[in-house]
Amino acid sequence: MSTHLVDVSGLDVRFGATHAVRDFSLAVAQGESVGLVGESGSGKSAALLALLGLHPEARVQVSARTLRVGGTDLLSATGPQLRDLRGGVAGLIFQDPLAALNPLLTVGAQVSEVLRRHRRLPARAARQEAAALLALVGITDAQARLGHYPHEFSGGMRQRVMIATALAGQPRLLLADEPTTALDVSVQSEIVRLILRLRAERGMGLLWVTHDLALMAGIVDRVVVMYAGRVMETAPVDALYGRPRHPYTQTLLASLPRLDRPHRPRAALPAEATAPGHGAQTGCPFAPRCPRRFSACDTLPPLFTDGATQAACWLLA
Amino acid sequence: MSRLSSSPRISSGLGVAGAALLAVAVLVALAAPLIAPWPPMQIDLRARFTPPAWEAHGVLRHLLGTDNLGRDIASRIVWGARISLGVGVAASLLGAAIGGTLGLCAGYFGRGVDAAISWLIDVQLAFPFTLFALFLLAVFGGGPGPVVVVLALATWVNYARVVRAQVMALRGQDFILAARAVGVPSGRILLRYLLPAVAPAMVVVGSFSAAQAILTQAALSFLGVGVDPSSPSWGAMLDLGRSYILSAWWMATFPGVTIALVVLGANLLGDWLREWLDPLAVSRR
Amino acid sequence: MTGAAPLAEMAGVSVRYRRAGRLSHGLIAIDLQLAANATVAVVGESGCGKSTLGRVLLHLQQPSEGAVRFRGEDLTLLKRAELRRRRRAMQMIFQDPFASLNARMTIGETLAEPLVVHGLARWRDARPRVAAMLERVGLEPGVAARYPHEFSGGQRQRIAIARAVIAEPELVVADEPLSALDMTVQGQIVSLLASLQETLSLTYLFISHDLPLVREFAGRVVVMIAGRIVEDGPPDAVFATPAHPYTKLLVSCVPVPDPAQERARQAAAGNTSTIAAAEAPDHAACPFRSRCPHAMPICATMPPFRHVAPDRQAACWLHESS
Repeated sequence: MSTHLVDVSGLDVRFGATHAVRDFSLAVAQGESVGLVGESGSGKSAALLALLGLHPEARVQVSARTLRVGGTDLLSATGPQLRDLRGGVAGLIFQDPLAALNPLLTVGAQVSEVLRRHRRLPARAARQEAAALLALVGITDAQARLGHYPHEFSGGMRQRVMIATALAGQPRLLLADEPTTALDVSVQSEIVRLILRLRAERGMGLLWVTHDLALMAGIVDRVVVMYAGRVMETAPVDALYGRPRHPYTQTLLASLPRLDRPHRPRAALPAEATAPGHGAQTGCPFAPRCPRRFSACDTLPPLFTDGATQAACWLLA
Repeated sequence: MSRLSSSPRISSGLGVAGAALLAVAVLVALAAPLIAPWPPMQIDLRARFTPPAWEAHGVLRHLLGTDNLGRDIASRIVWGARISLGVGVAASLLGAAIGGTLGLCAGYFGRGVDAAISWLIDVQLAFPFTLFALFLLAVFGGGPGPVVVVLALATWVNYARVVRAQVMALRGQDFILAARAVGVPSGRILLRYLLPAVAPAMVVVGSFSAAQAILTQAALSFLGVGVDPSSPSWGAMLDLGRSYILSAWWMATFPGVTIALVVLGANLLGDWLREWLDPLAVSRR
Repeated sequence: MTGAAPLAEMAGVSVRYRRAGRLSHGLIAIDLQLAANATVAVVGESGCGKSTLGRVLLHLQQPSEGAVRFRGEDLTLLKRAELRRRRRAMQMIFQDPFASLNARMTIGETLAEPLVVHGLARWRDARPRVAAMLERVGLEPGVAARYPHEFSGGQRQRIAIARAVIAEPELVVADEPLSALDMTVQGQIVSLLASLQETLSLTYLFISHDLPLVREFAGRVVVMIAGRIVEDGPPDAVFATPAHPYTKLLVSCVPVPDPAQERARQAAAGNTSTIAAAEAPDHAACPFRSRCPHAMPICATMPPFRHVAPDRQAACWLHESS
């Protein structure tokens, strides 16, 4: 058994005719933090859901060579194993806490429920522990706030409740799906600092899914860039931002307007991705928009390794 | 998302059954001259009170028997479909026009307009409708026209309430704000933006309202103020049969069963349409 | 800000709501002038009133008090029909192009509508102008027969932009027009907006929470908090040396795609809390007081909005001593 928290190789996810994730591989070591970055339709969220076995079997086909999270093999996991995985081994933080929290239950009841299910705490102890968790995520007057409903919290506070819920099962891995996208920048930086602090204190692994490449620079050790369902580049942060190897990553970075530098004209990309989820990919999926395309791009490039960087581009061959 | 449409709570089989019942009724109404074995008004005093064909003394010529004047029950039900369905559908459409317009205006303009229309709706709902209908028909006489108007007055509230509530929810949405920002006049916003958005809901209300109109119409005929009592409407037949319920049970039973089947069909279709057009609203209940 | 008469102007505009018996403020004493052909950005966090400001400027929402003038004419005094005619000159672009387009109208009808309702064309002869406009925003003229759901997010926003400018308006309020779009698509839409501004002499009010984007696109930025404008000036200067502590906080929270800088920023931020405390707002006081590292007793009184440089203004007592 591997020592990795997340060990995925050859993952494919299909929604009917849409091939959302193609031959996706990812490894997250104990205590490592990884950013999964992509635009809409890149397959990043579909990949995340597959890690928790959350795709409804009836409509979504998930296949993989390896699909293990925290020692659980999702290709053969039973219902109880999956429930232990979600919330127990891996804590989840969603983009929209108002949608993810139950509006009819107090936050105390929701945090306690996780404590009782995953840590088998009796009701009284669970309530004490829930208050301690709310205090840990920076909610003042936690004991009193236990009796409040999700709608009584502001957006940032609600996200803190969500984080408390995710921590309740003492997970070894935090999975965050755009957890700050709906928040204001000042609240965003508070939540980022909170997650980083908790991660360091508890030695958790972190997989953060986002479209915001700039935000990832200060959060993770390693970044995985996805496009059209495939991994385009994966590299340690300093390498990725300092010397991006894949033209797509270069384009993404060049298209970010920045406050810390004089203006540069943005990199202009031809048109939008042409429904990358459909049909067979015989060549590089980014080739139609790529400024550095050449004859080899008609063949699908494998991931080439260069130092600590891996990139799916023939330029590295 | 697509999961919502895959497992409706009311099976589509029942919806199809409802649609089939109504389709048969409509076909029968349209083809009445072809399939009715007898003219509906033809009196044959020698054949009075003939029981249905399967009873003792029944004859195959009068499959469902005859009434007190020897008129063929089956033929009268077939011809009655024209009156009952025609009046029901016409009343429902007129109700849709009135209720839809008022609901759109109340929901979109709000304030005074809404207050006035909501007051009308409340009055209508609080008022004993049958009494009101009896009064109107007594004053203006029976006949299809006045009956349709009276039934429309019964059904418009259904449309007005649903349309008003939907428009109030839609009014604050970006596409309406965008239309206002472009300078689109209110009339066009109502007709080209809001009406298409509420039309599916109106279709659902329409099928329930048609059922209600058919039933109410039968009730009015039963009370003797419906469409001309001598014409073969299902309600009038039911009224007539009531006097002979012990001696000639078939006179009231067959029109009654017909009314029940058609109303059931319309309601099943309505339930199914509601689910099909707005699966979320059903699963939220 | 001074000189020629402004194209559009808000003077002493306040918006109050009464919700569950309690009075809440959407906008407080807003004074804002938009010069013709300028791009003015409004930034601030959610709930600060920036969207309300845009809607009040177009008079899609009635202010509780104050005047909203367009070309010197007070929109609040106009009759409904007169206001509707003025709308040809003032248009709006929304954040979510799918929600702001009528899903049951073809692209052709959607684009012809502004021309027809303002008497610039009839349904029959609008087609050539619609086709030309579609090409202008980078779409095939043939798409006129299709419906909004058949397009990608970026294409829909092009359609929404085409609808906003087809009747050749003078003022366009764009409410977060890029924030629903992917990064690589944002760049294309920014250049489209810029080139339309040039050819049609448009004035933009650009509502956004994205400071880097604002610096790229706007010539002037207005910073809002709790319904008030607290800083105003050219984005380069405002973001480089913020005059208001709130602007400084916003700038400090913007992530930069540079790991070394980001780590330094995380370390510097430490554990200070910047989140607004949930307390009853005191409209006589500076709205940033409870979160401000420089808060002083005098901050219980709202500071005046003063020039801190020839082209910059701010409302903060820190600038009153000098």
